Amino acid sequence: MSSQAIFYKTPKDLPREEWFASGHRLCAGCGAGIAARLVFKAIRGPTVVVNPTGCVEVSTSCYPYTAWKIPYVHVAFENAAAVASGIVEAMKILNKKRGKKLHDVIVFAGDGGTFDIGFQALSGALERGHNMLYICYDNEAYMNTGIQRSGATPIGAATTTSPAGKVIPGKQERKKDLIAIAVAHRIPYAATASISHPLDLVNKVRKALEIEGPKVLHVLAPCVPGWRYPPAETVRIARLAVETRYFPVYEVEYGRVRINIKVKEPKPLEEFLKMQGRFSHLLRPENAHVLEALKKAVEENWERLVKLEESGVTL
Amino acid sequence: MARQAQERIAIMGDEAVALAVKQSNVDVIAAYPITPQTIIVERLSEYVANGELDAAFIQAESEHSALSICVGASLAGARVFTSTASQGLALMHEIVYATSSMRIPMVMAIANRSLNAPLNIHCEHGDVMPERDSGWVHLFATNVQEAYDLTFIAFKLSEHSDVQLPVSVNLDAFILTHSVEPLTPISDDDASKFLPPRQPLYSIDFDNPATFGTMALPDTYMEFKYQLKEAAERAGQVYPKVAEEYARISGRRYWYFNSYMADDADAVVLVLGSTYGTLKAAARRLRESGLKVGVIGLTMFRPFPENQLVELLKNAKSLIVMDRAYSYGGLGGPLYMETLAMLYRNGLRIPAMNVVYGLGGRDFRLDEAESVLKMALDGARRGRFDEHVIWWGVRA
Amino acid sequence: MSAKKIVEPIVKGQFTYRDLPIGAMIPIPATSLEYKTGVWRTRQPKIDYGRCIKCLLCWVFCPDAAIKRLDDDSVKVDYEYCKGCGVCETVCPVKAISMEEV
Repeated sequence: MSSQAIFYKTPKDLPREEWFASGHRLCAGCGAGIAARLVFKAIRGPTVVVNPTGCVEVSTSCYPYTAWKIPYVHVAFENAAAVASGIVEAMKILNKKRGKKLHDVIVFAGDGGTFDIGFQALSGALERGHNMLYICYDNEAYMNTGIQRSGATPIGAATTTSPAGKVIPGKQERKKDLIAIAVAHRIPYAATASISHPLDLVNKVRKALEIEGPKVLHVLAPCVPGWRYPPAETVRIARLAVETRYFPVYEVEYGRVRINIKVKEPKPLEEFLKMQGRFSHLLRPENAHVLEALKKAVEENWERLVKLEESGVTL
Repeated sequence: MARQAQERIAIMGDEAVALAVKQSNVDVIAAYPITPQTIIVERLSEYVANGELDAAFIQAESEHSALSICVGASLAGARVFTSTASQGLALMHEIVYATSSMRIPMVMAIANRSLNAPLNIHCEHGDVMPERDSGWVHLFATNVQEAYDLTFIAFKLSEHSDVQLPVSVNLDAFILTHSVEPLTPISDDDASKFLPPRQPLYSIDFDNPATFGTMALPDTYMEFKYQLKEAAERAGQVYPKVAEEYARISGRRYWYFNSYMADDADAVVLVLGSTYGTLKAAARRLRESGLKVGVIGLTMFRPFPENQLVELLKNAKSLIVMDRAYSYGGLGGPLYMETLAMLYRNGLRIPAMNVVYGLGGRDFRLDEAESVLKMALDGARRGRFDEHVIWWGVRA
Repeated sequence: MSAKKIVEPIVKGQFTYRDLPIGAMIPIPATSLEYKTGVWRTRQPKIDYGRCIKCLLCWVFCPDAAIKRLDDDSVKVDYEYCKGCGVCETVCPVKAISMEEV
């Protein structure tokens, strides 16, 4: 498929079934909760979710309460992609040997369990080419354990292990590029999505499920206590992330980059930053150099994607 | 290719395990190579590649992932197998605990090898000892035939509805894994009858959605672990029934231990693994001279067969426990410490000594086995040993 | 087996290890529905049905599925689970939702 497939045109097209139920213990206004609800609206048949340790796991599967209406597996923090690999291959061989019904396997992992501790398992699974959809809900830090920095934390952000201190004002390292790493494994489909653009998100989930092989979806999911903002602003902040080019929404299909939301005139990054406590130190004059570094990272990333799309190169 | 029943072949330990796995109708194999388990996974991948074994073979990118893949596959309903040793087992440690606590049936062959540091690829039991608290059933083979037979028994025990626990089959690095010994296999037919396709009690099923691997707060965690304790102990009660069924098709009966004349011995030596064979040969010679020695080679280490061992040891006048592992900073080797606890709480005041031997694969010869047995006799004669723990052969 | 049979003994602390499922699994779906997160909130949404255009965005964005989509595509707040985050108020394009103090 060369053009973006549309399975759901309007919110009314979204299925009514809630495979992710109420009663879970995610924070009020949690971006990951919105991501989970939306992702599991797009399942197309028997599905199993694999979830590593993290916010979603502890909030949705604490004995005796489970928020899941589909089969759910949690084993540990760093092995979601490996557990999913085992489920995929077992389903295939059991379907062949004993007619077991095939299930779509969706990993729903936080940035901790994807960018850092879960990185090896993800790389191994992508290299082996298992037919699974790996979705990372990215709140840009290890939120479950109290907002510590991860490989997904952007440059300049304050976390509890990269605090905005007098000498070191926030994280000094850049954010890892998950999609570039995934695409380097030559997988058929990788894409970013934001909870602020729900139809784009659900269509990508459904489109990915229809593709054979490993697929990676990187979803931005703002965190109320971690990014420090009032709970009602989650969707607004996610939208600003897209509109300032901070979080580009694009897909890479068989190595070809396509930017889905073309931000022609980006809003100033400060509009996005000023809504969040984790960036408040960047707006002080003594940290201007860090703010510049962040802006530069955002612009360079955007330019890179534009050039990749224009050149038509296959990654 | 169907094998004739009772046709004896010469085969390496690793190959024998691979053969047993093939005949066990496994569905998924996921492993990471590590000396000296490599031959197991290489043979299995050959079987799969040649269409002799209808299974998914996945070489994982690390042992931690290999065991995780097996957990996922087992939850999906597959019969799974993995294998590792030493550093690999240590790397899997976290998932080893998750596997038993989530009550995931599977079999893992462990080629017992020493742990870093220093790096050493040779025989020792130091890799599996840290896993003894995990709730896995741990079986030890003393020769290649046992490694083969115990694999089948392991699958059946693991999947038993009263057990539902992962089982390890331990075989000594190089001494068993790479030694060629005679093997009488069972026929493919008998294997299929003993191990029909796995019928999971529960699995990933969209029509019956369940949540696996929950978090449990202090209000319920202890009860889940109590379930694990009971299951681990129940495995010890189910084991003889499974072994009995296997005896009917193979003619070989397995018990909690192998015992050579321990029932009427004055001096007994207790050991795990292939050293049992060495000690048995030495004991046979000493018995010919009328010396009343006996040897016990433990087959089931977890759950620990307390009652049966106590029964066998009640008339012994001395006991040497040989450990091919050690608990640094502790009272001795792990088998010794467990045995002392058993003796004490059963009122058996037998003089006991720990002989720590063979660490890092250091050889333990027949003449040395004789010396240890004589030492045990000396202890029986005097009614005491001079030391609690000795490190056999160390240049100190 | 009902969700109540799984949840109530734990909430009351009246169970033994024998009553618990094997390996800490939960054998049925969505037992979280027994946990009414509505008690969390300090403000709650009120829908002005005169303004509502049934765009369904509030239903789409609620992290807790606490806004129900009815058969005729109208929406209704489920106060048993609503945590009072206020996301619905911010996404409504016609300002039909207002958050009020509880």
